[in-house]
Amino acid sequence: MTPTSLNTQAPFRPLFWRKTQDVLLGLFSLISIIIAVGGMGWILWTVLSHGAHVIDWQFLTAPSKPYGEIGAGIANALLGTLAITGAATLISVPPAIAAGIYLAEFGKQSRLANVLRFSANVMMGLPSIIVGLFVYVIIVIPTGNFSGFAGTVALAVIMFPVMMRTTEDMLAMVPDTLRESALALGMSRCRATLSIVARAARNGLVTGVLLSLARVSGETAPLLFTAMFADTWPTGYFTKPTANLPVLISEYTMNSPFEEMHAAGWGAALVIAGLILALNIATRCIFRDRKH
Amino acid sequence: MNNQRIKISARNLNFYYGDHQALFENNLEIPANSITAVIGPSGCGKSTHLRIYNRIFELYRNQRATGEVLLDGKNILDPDVDLLKLRRRVGMIFQKPTPFPMSIFDNVAYPLRLHYNLSRSEIADRVEQALQGASIWDEVKDKLKSSGLALSGGQQQRLCIARALAAEPEVLLMDEPTSAIDPVATLKIEELVLELKSRFTIVIVTHNMQQASRISDFTSFFYKGQIIETGPTAQIFTAPANKKTEEYITGRFG
Repeated sequence: MTPTSLNTQAPFRPLFWRKTQDVLLGLFSLISIIIAVGGMGWILWTVLSHGAHVIDWQFLTAPSKPYGEIGAGIANALLGTLAITGAATLISVPPAIAAGIYLAEFGKQSRLANVLRFSANVMMGLPSIIVGLFVYVIIVIPTGNFSGFAGTVALAVIMFPVMMRTTEDMLAMVPDTLRESALALGMSRCRATLSIVARAARNGLVTGVLLSLARVSGETAPLLFTAMFADTWPTGYFTKPTANLPVLISEYTMNSPFEEMHAAGWGAALVIAGLILALNIATRCIFRDRKH
Repeated sequence: MNNQRIKISARNLNFYYGDHQALFENNLEIPANSITAVIGPSGCGKSTHLRIYNRIFELYRNQRATGEVLLDGKNILDPDVDLLKLRRRVGMIFQKPTPFPMSIFDNVAYPLRLHYNLSRSEIADRVEQALQGASIWDEVKDKLKSSGLALSGGQQQRLCIARALAAEPEVLLMDEPTSAIDPVATLKIEELVLELKSRFTIVIVTHNMQQASRISDFTSFFYKGQIIETGPTAQIFTAPANKKTEEYITGRFG
């Protein structure tokens, strides 16, 4: 075999197809972006156009009332949602972060860690309605009551694996050299993890909490079986059906024959969409300027 | 090195990454209050060797060392040795600067609060001392409250040196401390290392042979996990006893 001489000019391949590919890919990306952003805009616009006109001071401050009574609002559902999701965050986040620390710092590729990781992945893929049924069976039936607390437990079950994996991912992004320099100064493993590694991952952890909170605050299916709904202030959080926005929206828009209730449902949808949007924007703003 | 006190003495040191043996029967004596440079081609075990001296390798489950490392005559590989105390005595500087995600002041105050019982004003004094010791005080004295991460690479590395100094170690291990830093900052750090020699025993791993010859008193040449030759730096660079050493320092490989 004689090697091809490098002195002779090799024949060029035509540029046309490569350039066309370039243009096509650019076009495809552009269309995808338009679909994604346009879809979000469309959703927001729909909610806004149907719900904006019902929102006023009374709507935001008065409790919901049975159809026909005047002066109804959604304040009880708003408070109920804040209580149910807030408590779910308090219950699930600390153990989820602890479990995530275990996975990232200590368990790593051990058998226990892999089992934990696998079951978290399974749990994250679980339809939320199944979580609702589960809590219905273990809390609502034994206690004989729907309650806000049962709703909290359902949401906490949904948040836990998400937050655990987020914690693991965020800690895994902290370079080993930072761990090493903490240990090299004479810190214990525990101290290095909590005061240096977790601090370095702080932004990611807070973002994770806020995003998982935003994620569950719109969950409806698990609350249908647990918190249910009531036209009262959420004072019976532990023992009675508790008003909340997602179930209010579902009931008002789907199960009511009355125009006013449809409108109120849209208004509630706008409120919750606004809250989640605000949560997302706040998450971004909190950390945008800071370097750590 | 005949009349100098020996600070660290590595004896029959072997090291394993899982089943892979990376160091073979290393024997090395580090004289007190001097700078010992560890040189050799990439992957020859320089860093691996250094990382045994403060047992930092134990962070990783599958890494294992056998043999002895005597620090002032006591074997630090002994399981009874308190790691937290050992690491207070043997500080380490890494290849990439690793400031903690906190203010410049807090970075340096961290080891002080960790190891010593000091009043606030004593801590402030010692933070200043350490920053001055690391030749960075003048650059940061007006912004002690700003983040350590906002400094330049060279400044970050000197901040890390200040942080290591604050713990008042006896030995300073430096694992290629200037390889991620520009030439001007490198010179500053080299001058600093020379100043620190009077107070500490310094072991520095370096890829840069000029650096080794500029700052070190003793040089040890590693090749494929073995220590080929150790001696006074001038001798290693002008009249090495071993052919491999000569080939390396004259740039024929590595």
